Amino acid sequence: MKRLLDIFVIVCMIFIYGVCWSQSLVLTGAGATFPYPLYAKWFYVYEKITGVKVNYQAIGSGGGIRQLINRVVDFGGTDAFMSDKELSRSPAKILHFPTCLGAVVITYNLPGKPVLKLTPDIIADIFLGKIKKWDDSRIAKINPDVKLPNLDIVVIHRSDGSGTTFIFSDYLSKVSKEWKERVGRGKSLNWPIGLGGKGNPGVAALVKQIPGAIGYVELIYAGQNNMPVALIRNKSGHFIKPTMKSVSLAANISIPADTRISITNTDAEYGYPISSFTWIIFYKEQAYNGRSKKRAKALAELFWWMIHEGQKYNEKLLYSRLPEAVVKKAEAIIKDMTYNGKSVLK
Amino acid sequence: MEGIKDRIFRFLIFLCASTVILIAAGMCITLFINSLPVLKHMGVSFILSSDWDPVNNKFGILPFLVGTLITSFLSLLISLPFSISTAILLGEYLRKGRMAIFLQNIIDLMAGIPSVIYGFWGLLVLVPIVQKVEIKLNIIPYGVGIFTASIVLATMVIPYTASIAREVISLVPDDLREAGYALGATRWEVIRCIVIPHAKTGIFAGVLLAFGRAIGETMAVTMIIGNRNQIPKSIFAPANTMASAIANQFTEATSDIYVSALIGVGLVLFMVTVIINYAGRYIIKRLEIK
Repeated sequence: MKRLLDIFVIVCMIFIYGVCWSQSLVLTGAGATFPYPLYAKWFYVYEKITGVKVNYQAIGSGGGIRQLINRVVDFGGTDAFMSDKELSRSPAKILHFPTCLGAVVITYNLPGKPVLKLTPDIIADIFLGKIKKWDDSRIAKINPDVKLPNLDIVVIHRSDGSGTTFIFSDYLSKVSKEWKERVGRGKSLNWPIGLGGKGNPGVAALVKQIPGAIGYVELIYAGQNNMPVALIRNKSGHFIKPTMKSVSLAANISIPADTRISITNTDAEYGYPISSFTWIIFYKEQAYNGRSKKRAKALAELFWWMIHEGQKYNEKLLYSRLPEAVVKKAEAIIKDMTYNGKSVLK
Repeated sequence: MEGIKDRIFRFLIFLCASTVILIAAGMCITLFINSLPVLKHMGVSFILSSDWDPVNNKFGILPFLVGTLITSFLSLLISLPFSISTAILLGEYLRKGRMAIFLQNIIDLMAGIPSVIYGFWGLLVLVPIVQKVEIKLNIIPYGVGIFTASIVLATMVIPYTASIAREVISLVPDDLREAGYALGATRWEVIRCIVIPHAKTGIFAGVLLAFGRAIGETMAVTMIIGNRNQIPKSIFAPANTMASAIANQFTEATSDIYVSALIGVGLVLFMVTVIINYAGRYIIKRLEIK
């Protein structure tokens, strides 16, 4: 018993020592789960290079925004940029910059795993429950080479609130007036039809199990699991296959200075239409709650690294790189960070 | 000296016991205060409306409420024959011996399996089977839905009812049993007319415990119920439950009213549990008097 107690005390001391020791500089972040694999890689590499530890908790975009507003973390991560209303609730000015691009792809379960082409109005009508069978004449018309079965379409959507749903519904709201009025955009929706699966794996499991199912997942998830994905007609009339390249191309449009823009249904000629940035959010003025200048500087340097050197890790992990023009915008935003009114990076 | 020790002990147990009460009351109050915004916003339609639309700030939880009640009651109904039979087998026929210990261990093990494993089993094994049934019945083969969820829930709650029922059945005095046999009763008659009536309040308490487990189950249910926020029209239809709705939506709920609505769902779940527990107590009392 006494020995057990001794061991316990030693373990506690090691733990406390570890915490105190590493407290020298640990930056904390919380938020979006979508870029988590990339962030984990980045922060691991960054710690090796600079010794600055970054602790990022993937608790979801909503949680990231809440924790930044409550000033619990140094930065947040979010898949949907904060609305003006949300920004007005924060105690001080919050800045956004994008770190990488992701996309939502449409996957399905059809015999023979054909490659389907879909148009925005067909997608909207399938998810509104207006197209009910796979051999519908509208789908058949743009897929003359595919033998479509006489199967019921079973719509699968996310049951949990998610940035993926936000991006998808944002796209549908732009391309379909009826969708915008009946359903709208959001992280959880009042779905007209369909079944819900929890997370990308939940949606994928249901799509795989139900013949005739159609659902949407992140590009990365579909890529890792070899799921069939649909080509989607973009604004310029091209059918675009979702790849890292076509997603990156989607950002080749004019971006506002604060980078808060939805790039779904992009104007870019060869861009994949259901693409989106994911953002890091932070306070413009870093001197709050007694934070040190050293901390602010470390944060700015980390951000700088993420949009430059960090980008080379993106494609290995199936995330699209930021286009050069967007990196320039992000640079300006990071340079905008201040400590007691003086800019942190020169 | 004895007196002081006694007093300290009494003080300590009072302290601990009242802490438990405080925590329960505190939870209820927190749930209530935090759900006030949505109750003001929605009024009675919070419970009566079946329109759950976070985009337009409309929160009607009737589909979740109905889904929770149907799956819980259905799972109890499915589990009851199995759990009672197991209890009678262990309490009457196999009271000693290796086989009895083995069976009892298996049942305890079933109670200890994490719910996510039941969910996996449901999704990978049960869903394809239910799909085949649905194809035979000529309905869309979702595989997931109320029926599947109820079966998985039933499997999860069997050990709860079975363990307690076995305990109370083995507590029935042997004198009574022997008296029955002396009067020429068969084993079946002894079980039906003496053991079950004597143990029924205890068995019912076990059922109540199982219900508590079924109503709050989250992970396993969310994997196989289909998560459709509509009032189900058939037993094979997908639906949603209160616990599953909270777990699914809480992480990404950003607006205050949305968070409040989810806490409101929690409050209703809490109330339903309280009501059913009290109803259960009442029934137990009635059973005892007879």
